Order: sequence, then C-alpha cells, then structure tokens
Amino acid sequence: MKKENAITRFIKEPPFHFVKRGEVTKKHAILVRVCAIAAALVLSALIIVILTGKNPFAVYGQFFIGNFGTPRRIWRLLQGMAILLGLALAVTPAFKMKFWNCGAEGQALMGGLVGAIMMYNLGASMPLPLFLILTFIVCALAGAVWAVIPAIFKAKWNTNETLFTLMLNYIAIRLVSFFVMWVSTDGSAVLPPMDSCAMPALFGQSYLFNILLVTILTAALYIYLKYSKHGYEISVVGESENTARYIGINVKSVIIRTMLVSGAICGIVGFLLVVSTDHTINANTVGGQGFTAIMVSWLAKFNPLYMILTSFLLIFLKNGASQISTAYRIDSSISDIVTAIILFFIIGCEFFIQFKIQFRHREKKGENK
Amino acid sequence: MLTFITSAIRFGMSLLCGSTGETITEKSGHLNLGIPGVMCVGAASGCLATSKYMAAVGGLTGKSFPVIFFCILLSILACLIGGALMGLIYSFLTVSLGANQNVTGLALTTFGVGVSSMMVAKTRDFVLASRYFTASLPFARSLGWFGELFLSYGVLIYISIAIAIAASIILTRTRLGLQLRAVGESPATADAAGINVKAYRYGATCVGCSIAALGGFIYIMDNLEGNWEYTIDSIGWLAVALVIFTVWKPVIGIFGSIIFGALYICSPFISLSSFSNLTLNQMLAVKDLIKILPYVVTILVLVITSIRNKRENQAPAGLGVNYYREDR
Repeated sequence: MKKENAITRFIKEPPFHFVKRGEVTKKHAILVRVCAIAAALVLSALIIVILTGKNPFAVYGQFFIGNFGTPRRIWRLLQGMAILLGLALAVTPAFKMKFWNCGAEGQALMGGLVGAIMMYNLGASMPLPLFLILTFIVCALAGAVWAVIPAIFKAKWNTNETLFTLMLNYIAIRLVSFFVMWVSTDGSAVLPPMDSCAMPALFGQSYLFNILLVTILTAALYIYLKYSKHGYEISVVGESENTARYIGINVKSVIIRTMLVSGAICGIVGFLLVVSTDHTINANTVGGQGFTAIMVSWLAKFNPLYMILTSFLLIFLKNGASQISTAYRIDSSISDIVTAIILFFIIGCEFFIQFKIQFRHREKKGENK
Repeated sequence: MLTFITSAIRFGMSLLCGSTGETITEKSGHLNLGIPGVMCVGAASGCLATSKYMAAVGGLTGKSFPVIFFCILLSILACLIGGALMGLIYSFLTVSLGANQNVTGLALTTFGVGVSSMMVAKTRDFVLASRYFTASLPFARSLGWFGELFLSYGVLIYISIAIAIAASIILTRTRLGLQLRAVGESPATADAAGINVKAYRYGATCVGCSIAALGGFIYIMDNLEGNWEYTIDSIGWLAVALVIFTVWKPVIGIFGSIIFGALYICSPFISLSSFSNLTLNQMLAVKDLIKILPYVVTILVLVITSIRNKRENQAPAGLGVNYYREDR
C-alpha cells in the first residue's frame, strides 16, 4: 500500500512547477516585458514574411515608414495615440476599482452623438466659442450619464457590470445609426461633415487640440489617482471592498462617483472625435477602440504615465501593419492580427513576472510539504 | 407570417450555438469575451474547408450523395477544430498563465476577427456549396404549414438544437455536468473534492468554443447562404447577451434565440405606413431601431435577476475569477 502511494506520487509529480515570487523587482518585470514584446515582434514579422515572402528587415522598415515616414503620418500617430490614450484614461479609475467598465465604446459614442446633435441643431444659433464650451460640457455629461447607469445598478443590486456595459455599447451604436439615418435626407445614411460649427484647427494643425487636451487629462488623472483622497478611496475599494467598508468608505458612492468620472472622460473623447476631428458621426466613429483602451490601461498597470507608452506601442503597430498591408498588398486585417499577437504575449508574460519555474531536481528527496 | 417565423428560427440558431458554447464555458467559471472572434474563426475555417474540398473534388454540382455528405462533415469538423484552437489559446492564457479573463477575451476577439478575414481574403467560392447546407428534406414543402415550420431547414439548424438539448442534459443530469458546475461555483471546493479544476476549465472552454464556432458557420452558410459578411462579431455579442437572457440554461436558449432572432430580423416585416408624417428615411431609421430590442431586453433580464437575487438564476459564483490553488 505504502509502496503504491510512493509510485503514484512519483508518476503524478511533474518535472517542474511554478512558485510565486516573494517580491518582484522592477528590473526583472521590465526585462520580462521587453522579452515578451521582442518575441511578439519576431513572431508577427515571421507571419508577415510567410504571407508575403519579403525580407523581414524590410518588413520592420515598413513599420517605421508607416509611422514616421512623413509629417502627416507622425501627426496621425499622435492623433491615434491621443484618442486611444484618452479612452484608456477613462477606463482606468473604474478598472482600478475592479469595476470592469467594458463600455468605453458606448460612453464615447454617446458623448459624440450628443455633440453631433448639438452641431446639427444648435450649431448656427450662437457664437462659436460659447457653442464649443457648451457642447464640451454636454458631451462630458452624456458620457457620464451613460456610465452611471450600470454603476447605480452595481452599487444597489450588484448587477454584473461587465455584461451591462457591454450591452450599453450596442445600444449606443444603434442610437447613433438611428440618428444618422433619421437626419440624412438623401437616404444614404451618411451625415455630411458640419465644418462650420466644428472646433477650428489650432495653428493650422487639426489634431493639435486633441493632443494637448489629452496631455492635460493624463497629468490631471495621474494627480487625481495618486494624490487625491478620491484616488486613495478608489484603490482601497479595488483592493478589498470589506477593508474599505471597515475604514468607513462609502463603497456605493465611490462606485457611482468614479463611474461618473470615467464616463465624463469618455464623453470628452467623444467630443474630440466628433466635434474636433471628424465633424460628423457614424456607428464606427469609435471603431472598437473602447476595447483596445482596456488593454492599454491594463498593460500599463493603470498608471496614466505608462499608458503613454502602451498606447504608443499599439498605435505604432496598427499604423505600421496598415502600411504593410498597402505596401505588400495583403489583407488589411494583418493589423488586427499583429495587435492581438502582441497583446497575447504581454498578457501571458505577466505570469512569468509573478512566478518562477522550479525544477524538480532541486528539491530534496522525500521532502514533505 | 410563416416566412417570418422560419427565418427567425434560422437566424436564431446561429445565436443559439454561440450562447450554448458560452454557457458551457461560463459554467466552468470563465467569462470568455472572445466568443465573437471565435465565431469568426469558426465560420472562416468551415468555409475554407468547404472551398478546399470543392477544389479537390472539382465542384459539387451533380456529385453523388456521399461526396456532398463528406463535404458537409468535413466543413463542420474544420469549424469545430478552428473553434477549439481558439479556445486553447484562451484557456492557456487564462487557466495556465492566470491572465485576466476580460482582457484575454477582448484580445481573442481582435485576433479572431483579423484571422478570419485573412483566411477568406482570397476565396469566395464556398457560396456555391451553401445550397447543400440549407437543403431540407424533399417532402417538407408538401406537408403544408407543419412541414414549413418544422422540416424546412438545413442540417445545421437541427444540429444546433440537438447540441443545445444535449448540453442541457449533460449540465443538469450527469456527473460530468455536476462537477463542471461545481468548478464554476467554487473552484476551491471542487479542488478539495478531488476534481481536476484545470482539466475541466480547459475542456469546457474548448468544447464551448467549438460549439460557438459552429454558430458562426451557421450564420454564414445558412442565414447568409454563403455570402461572407464582416458582421459575425456583432452576432457574437448578441450570443453573449443571450447567455444572460437565458439565465445560463441552454434549453431556454432555444426559445430565447428564436425571440432574439425575431427581434433582430423583424424590421423588413413591419409596416409603418400608418405614420404618414414620417419621411421614407425616417421610417427606415425607426425600423432599424428595432434591432436595439435584444440588448434592451438583455439588460432588463440582467437587472431583474440581480434584483430578485434568486440563487438558481445567478451567474456562476466563480465567474470571471481565475483559480490558483496556492492563493487563499
């Protein structure tokens, strides 16, 4: 009987197992992440090389040409970063609180929709500066309202917020397409750009306003999360709701307040997209970036300053991959594939930051835990 | 009216597969938001297999029954394998590496949408095979409304209903299902009872993804009759919504999917001529707005179940939380 036990244990025990690291040094964490990104880049280049049969270094070259080749492309890179970073900033307070706000897409669209409605109905009726300020506020409010609905239900009845916010995304998309179909008179379901009442270009650069505003937002959110009492409460609620309750934090009001902030930032991004950039709206205005933003925020460990890096990484890959698809005539979906591969690698590498592999031969025989 | 019901059923069945698959995965405690991507890949691998097979045998027209039967079998198999591979990526990252489920799922959706359009970028000839997938029994039309309502569908529709019933029986009536639910409700307890939590989670995710993949294939091959469209992912999110609507019960899913299908496709069947003060495009806009209903209904169900707080209608208690044995 005893012998049998020993044998089964010997068979079942794997050659190695994983042990949680006591403390994670910063150097080690960065090393693992850099390795993961490098591995992902090698793998995605390999895929592109297999698909196109081109020299891998030429492929990497196209990545740089696609992002830095012309001043216009650099502006496009910055603009892409600004929008993605803005949405990532928006979801960060909620995620830090462990409130899975998957609804940035819908909240930004609602902000944009209200912006478009304002432009369509009121654009010509008041002086432009007043109109822009008013629209900005209303857009932020619209995003906040769209975000606070699931927050109230979460706070009161613990309704699952992931699913709730996901559904609200689709409702927002449908509302936008309803609005566009309703107002387009020629039946094309396309709203022509309303340039007369849009945000004017700063110094001749149409993207500059977006970039500046998101920079300010980044700094503001960093300070809000790190140095304000609200930010402290958010992290306590995120770490442990029971602790928060014990030290006298009103968890419900923190949830609702944080989602108001989160939604308002989304609404502002909606303003940037519609009033400042596109001057029109369609169901694809946000284009799935609300989801990508979740990853930007999560990869940066919810630190607004690191998010600049992660949003750069994702937009760099996206623009580079779309350059490759035009240069080598392959399907434009390569951009999605490359982005997803890099995400998989970074998501997966977190494990190796927290755990280390322990091989079996290091253990003494007959050790009993 | 009959056409409306039959097309609602046809459309509903692609949702049913997606939601049955997601239900099985969620019962094991993993919220797989990659289902839309999985459905895309399933559709693409099924279609790719069809067109490769057609190229190998030189087209299907006029071929004997075994050749066509084998084509259908092979395509379904390819679709299931494609889904299972996607499930493997997801479960490796979440179960083995303990990655965040929401983030992994969303990345999987991006990946799936990209991979699927890459796969079918150069082939569209599977549209020719569609009529074999939608072929119904030859005498169905001669049986009047009964035949029209119950027998007029392609083979994929019946497969999806069979899967939903089988999934329901396995989940509620077998030891396998009991252990799977235990893993989803409280992985630590299940582990203490000697259930292999990781194996169950891997298995449930891969099987669930295979079934969901079939849903994507049904959408392309049956509903759209082989015409590829880049709208599979929005169907996928509807399937995720359906899981909540059915309160995690695949049998309710059969009816739920038909209701969702009816709500989603009803706009061409509605006449708004009584609202004569609307212009044509406004009428179209109102009709299009009806597609909002499945999502609104889902939110209502979500809210009502959470307010009533009945234990049998809740999501699995361990949903969305990774299990690591050494964690307390």
